[in-house]
Amino acid sequence: MDWLWKFPTMDDDMLRDLKRAVDEGFRTFTRAYGDSIEGLFSPLQSFLIWAERLLTGAPWPIVILAVAAIAWLASRSWKIVIGCVVTLLLIGWFDMWQDTMKTVSMIFVCTVLSIVIGLPIGIGMSRSNRLQNIVNPVLDVMQTMPSFVYLIPVVMLLGIGRVPGVIAVVIYALPPMIRLTNLGIRMVDKDVLEAADAFGSSSWQKLRNVQLPLALPTIMAGINQTIMMALAMVVIASMIGVQGLGQPVLKAIANQYFTLGVFNGLAIVGIAIIFDRISQAYGLRLQKHREIVHG
Amino acid sequence: MASQSIEIRSLYKIFGPRGRDFVDAVTKGMSKTELNKEHGHVLGLKDINISIPGGSITVIMGLSGSGKSTLIRHINRLIDPTSGEVLYGGTDVCKMNEEELREFRRHKTAMVFQKFGLLPHRTVLQNTVYGLEIQGVPKSEREARADIWIKRVGLEGFSNHYPNQLSGGMQQRVGLARALTNDADILLMDEAYSALDPLIRVDMQTVLLDLQKELKKTVVFITHDLDEALRLGDKIAILRDGEVIQQGTAADIVLNPANDYIEAFVKEVNRGRVIRIDALMEPLSNPAGEPSVRIPGSHNVEEGMRVMTENNVTQATVTSENGMPAGRVSLEGLVRCLVRTND
Repeated sequence: MDWLWKFPTMDDDMLRDLKRAVDEGFRTFTRAYGDSIEGLFSPLQSFLIWAERLLTGAPWPIVILAVAAIAWLASRSWKIVIGCVVTLLLIGWFDMWQDTMKTVSMIFVCTVLSIVIGLPIGIGMSRSNRLQNIVNPVLDVMQTMPSFVYLIPVVMLLGIGRVPGVIAVVIYALPPMIRLTNLGIRMVDKDVLEAADAFGSSSWQKLRNVQLPLALPTIMAGINQTIMMALAMVVIASMIGVQGLGQPVLKAIANQYFTLGVFNGLAIVGIAIIFDRISQAYGLRLQKHREIVHG
Repeated sequence: MASQSIEIRSLYKIFGPRGRDFVDAVTKGMSKTELNKEHGHVLGLKDINISIPGGSITVIMGLSGSGKSTLIRHINRLIDPTSGEVLYGGTDVCKMNEEELREFRRHKTAMVFQKFGLLPHRTVLQNTVYGLEIQGVPKSEREARADIWIKRVGLEGFSNHYPNQLSGGMQQRVGLARALTNDADILLMDEAYSALDPLIRVDMQTVLLDLQKELKKTVVFITHDLDEALRLGDKIAILRDGEVIQQGTAADIVLNPANDYIEAFVKEVNRGRVIRIDALMEPLSNPAGEPSVRIPGSHNVEEGMRVMTENNVTQATVTSENGMPAGRVSLEGLVRCLVRTND
């Protein structure tokens, strides 16, 4: 009756062989294809470097003005504009400007990448139940798998640096973009779609004129979530060599520098709030036509 | 441009994965309940044969669940039939491929919906041009054409409003303007006025009747409201449980109901307003001695009685559209029609 209290397991040798075989296989794969895969990602590398140079190279007043202008265009609210400017000034005053710009540039690249990958997949899922059934479990894995686990193969393949960092962040931040695009399009009013059909819309015209515009507020919520999750990954990404606000936090953990940790942590919170308020205000403004109700 | 007629022939719709397999059984008399209980399929339409004449208003009337909305969706094939034909100008809509169907919907049909189906993120003008926009008509031209109809349906000055800013009646005017801007032969109106309150509904009926006088489109109008059907319909088809139980003119239906079901329906109808006197006229027996008071045949019974009372006569001549004598009516005959003697 021993097996009742001790779970029957695979033979020790077999288990060891299995792990060894998989590891060995992946290592061989890395040696054989690592370089060409790295080459595949070189455009991404240049995009990252370009974005980083753009932000760190520009004079700080111009960056602040640009952020203020974007905030105004998206929200039309002075409160949000002033909040953004004050936050950036404080970050600069506490000597975190360079790190912040590096982080912002990486978040920007990750967000663009997530939209470019996520939007078409989300649209595809909304049109095919079969694709939805395939993609959904993959998204579940992406969201729940501890990020350290998929950092291992990424680092083995691509080494340490910006590109593997971005890949890790995108894997984590992509699911809400896909899910909310899919949901937004599926929630579009059937009556409006039927009307579009009755007037002879092609499926591309339906997507462009009806489904995407009506799903846009939901898609914007997805972009907002993607940005927030990308920011949450900043510290983890710094462990594989991504520069920015994560690095000082990492240093603070290692050396128990409490204040250094808090300052950089607050800077991350600060830019998170800036991104969040701007994107939310924009999403809300897209729904203006819904608010004015006939009384 | 003479509008062409639409012929619906032995149309069946059975909802469910194996609908086609049950057409024979239904033809042989399987009931709606039996089909649903034993086989899990829903009978939508059963052996529909309707001829919808071009250039006039045909009303399809039935209560909810009678299949009327399903039927109208077969005309532009928003729903695919299980079997049967929908012929327009000799072409079977049900056999069109995707490309042909899209062209047919773009150029030959326009539709007005019960729930309006407007695009909430577009203004009145942008909604109205939608049909032309997807046809690829240049912006300036489509907006010019839409402007005309926006004015005609009484929405002048509202072009830049969003649908949510308008009342239900006004939203449906946008729906109507959008359909008319398409300038299609066939105008499909799916319970277009059912969501409006009674006064606005009558108002919109008048708008439609006025427009139809000059447009002469082939209008298919769905309603559950008998008064609306009688007011609008040149021809009326009554649907029950997916079957046509009577079709004919308003007078046919009110004066000769096909069964108890329709009889119960028409009992409360104000016959004086619904029935035209040319439906009651008798032949002119002696052309020389025709009564001197003349009444156009398009008058309803109430109007006819008013003319006769004002002129203090009991006999009158009914004239046809071109003004020629067509028959005669007596005051007694009109009264008999109103009070429905039991014969």
